[in-house]
Amino acid sequence: MKPSKPYRVFRNSALVVVVFALMAPLLWMIAASFKTNVDIYDTAKAFVFSPSLKNYETVLQQANYLEFIGNSLWVAFAATTLSLLLGVPAAYSMSRFNMKKSALVVLMARVIPGVSLLVPWYYVFSNLKLVGGFSVLILSHMFVSLPLIVYIMMGYFDGLPTELEEAALVDGLTHIGAFRRITLPLSVPGVATAGILSFIFSWNNFMFALVLSGSDTKTLPVAIFDFVGYASIDWGGLMAAATVVTLPIMLIALFVQKYVVSGLTAGATKG
Amino acid sequence: MSAVLTPRTDSPKAPAASVDTTSAWSRWANEHRKWLFAAPAMAFVAVLIIFPVAWTGYLSLTDAEGSVRAESEFIGFQNYLDVLTDTDRFWPAVWRTVLFTGVVLFFEVILGMAIALLLWRPFRGEKWVRVAILLPLVATPVAVGMMWRLIFDPNIGMANQLLGWIGIGPQPWLAGQHSALPTTMFIDIWQWTPMVVLILLAGLTSLSDEPQEAARIDGASSWQRFRHVTLPLLMPTVIVAILLRGIDALKTFDILYATKGRGGGSFHEVETLNVYAYGLSFDYNDYGVSSTVLIIFFLIIIGVMWALTYRKKGLGR
Repeated sequence: MKPSKPYRVFRNSALVVVVFALMAPLLWMIAASFKTNVDIYDTAKAFVFSPSLKNYETVLQQANYLEFIGNSLWVAFAATTLSLLLGVPAAYSMSRFNMKKSALVVLMARVIPGVSLLVPWYYVFSNLKLVGGFSVLILSHMFVSLPLIVYIMMGYFDGLPTELEEAALVDGLTHIGAFRRITLPLSVPGVATAGILSFIFSWNNFMFALVLSGSDTKTLPVAIFDFVGYASIDWGGLMAAATVVTLPIMLIALFVQKYVVSGLTAGATKG
Repeated sequence: MSAVLTPRTDSPKAPAASVDTTSAWSRWANEHRKWLFAAPAMAFVAVLIIFPVAWTGYLSLTDAEGSVRAESEFIGFQNYLDVLTDTDRFWPAVWRTVLFTGVVLFFEVILGMAIALLLWRPFRGEKWVRVAILLPLVATPVAVGMMWRLIFDPNIGMANQLLGWIGIGPQPWLAGQHSALPTTMFIDIWQWTPMVVLILLAGLTSLSDEPQEAARIDGASSWQRFRHVTLPLLMPTVIVAILLRGIDALKTFDILYATKGRGGGSFHEVETLNVYAYGLSFDYNDYGVSSTVLIIFFLIIIGVMWALTYRKKGLGR
């Protein structure tokens, strides 16, 4: 049934407001990243200004952001890959053997405040002189990634019919062979969803890197603070830095929108 | 799917497809696959999550502070006594955590429901609205905090300029002692309402049309249809949204740290339990007390979750 005309008008205007409210701040940030600090302080030049790439020069050349981009990519990639290797088979077992209690233990990690992990980790790893290296940083990001991947993949395996595996067993495959050659290829969309979400969460993660990263392993969310001084803030540089951090992940999310949405809403409608 | 058509075992030497001819290792692995698959993840969780949490529990009973190599003594429940009677930092932090979570959840669920209902039926341009919904959600929270810091700057920010155009005087926003917490709530609502929209939209899309149609034929108004048909059917999904958002809202850290820095600002105006525990641990190195705060915080989260899932079960029937 088609909605009435007054409702359509109301809906369209309401949606315009929603889209504007969500997009305007992001566009404002990007616009400010192309302004000189003089222009940012001049309210008359809020909308009309001559764009400059100077802030990006500062961010990418002086502030060493190319290195931090590399760090962020490496940590997110390694944490996601390792979490998939551990999480996908575990989710399969928990789904097929109905291991409710084990699943609950893994999912508890989603509830625990990150700080309560950081204190003992900092204790142990600073005594082992590992704080500041990549290994601890990657492990800490897996604390977020692994439960997320197990959660998404359990839902995915639950929805995958067991008949195909049974047919493969009849045809002479072993259980593990059936998992590897039948179930895994069928799970590519689920694995993609879990992997993309894990990558985004790791890229955006701030608290773990704040404590566990050193000057050589700093990730982008921590590096943003280089532009916030005690006395003054380099607004142009700060907005360029914020754009460099967040624009890549927003673009990636747009390309794989379907997966991101299905990952974020995983398990929400099971009731 | 050639694997199905040409059955092979994992061992290339075995010509016939039979479990008996595979190696002993493969037989063992297949028999114990349940634990073989789950064990690495379980070990990770046990060593790197359960053990640290247990240790936090132990630290909360000691006077550990200063260097991580310093000696510490077992002092029983002294920390708990100190923390629970601390009306200077602890209880205000509890209050801010509860207030922050309650307010953002309220607005996120109401706004999220309204936007989800607007998006429910297909329309032209849907794709673009969905893009706008997704972007704040995946944006890096620290960068989002910095972005709003510029917009809410009392002197050069766009927010005060907009207010000026409609004749309202400049506000201190994040810089004000009483306006800082509401402003951070606003930022959280901006970033995370889309999450509620996506969850509720998934719930709405999975509903069947028949109860709606039946109510329409019976002459129910659109508000009555929402209140008595859609909402009750959607309730389990609403609870899931509240649960997922609530856990994250209680633990909010990034935007508070990005906008107000250490200790939630110079008057601790946005210091929630998570920010307080972080400061105790890594600014003051007061590990014993911070562990105590964390254990109490953890119990609060578990309590809230338990209450909500309990309610969910009651509503599911």
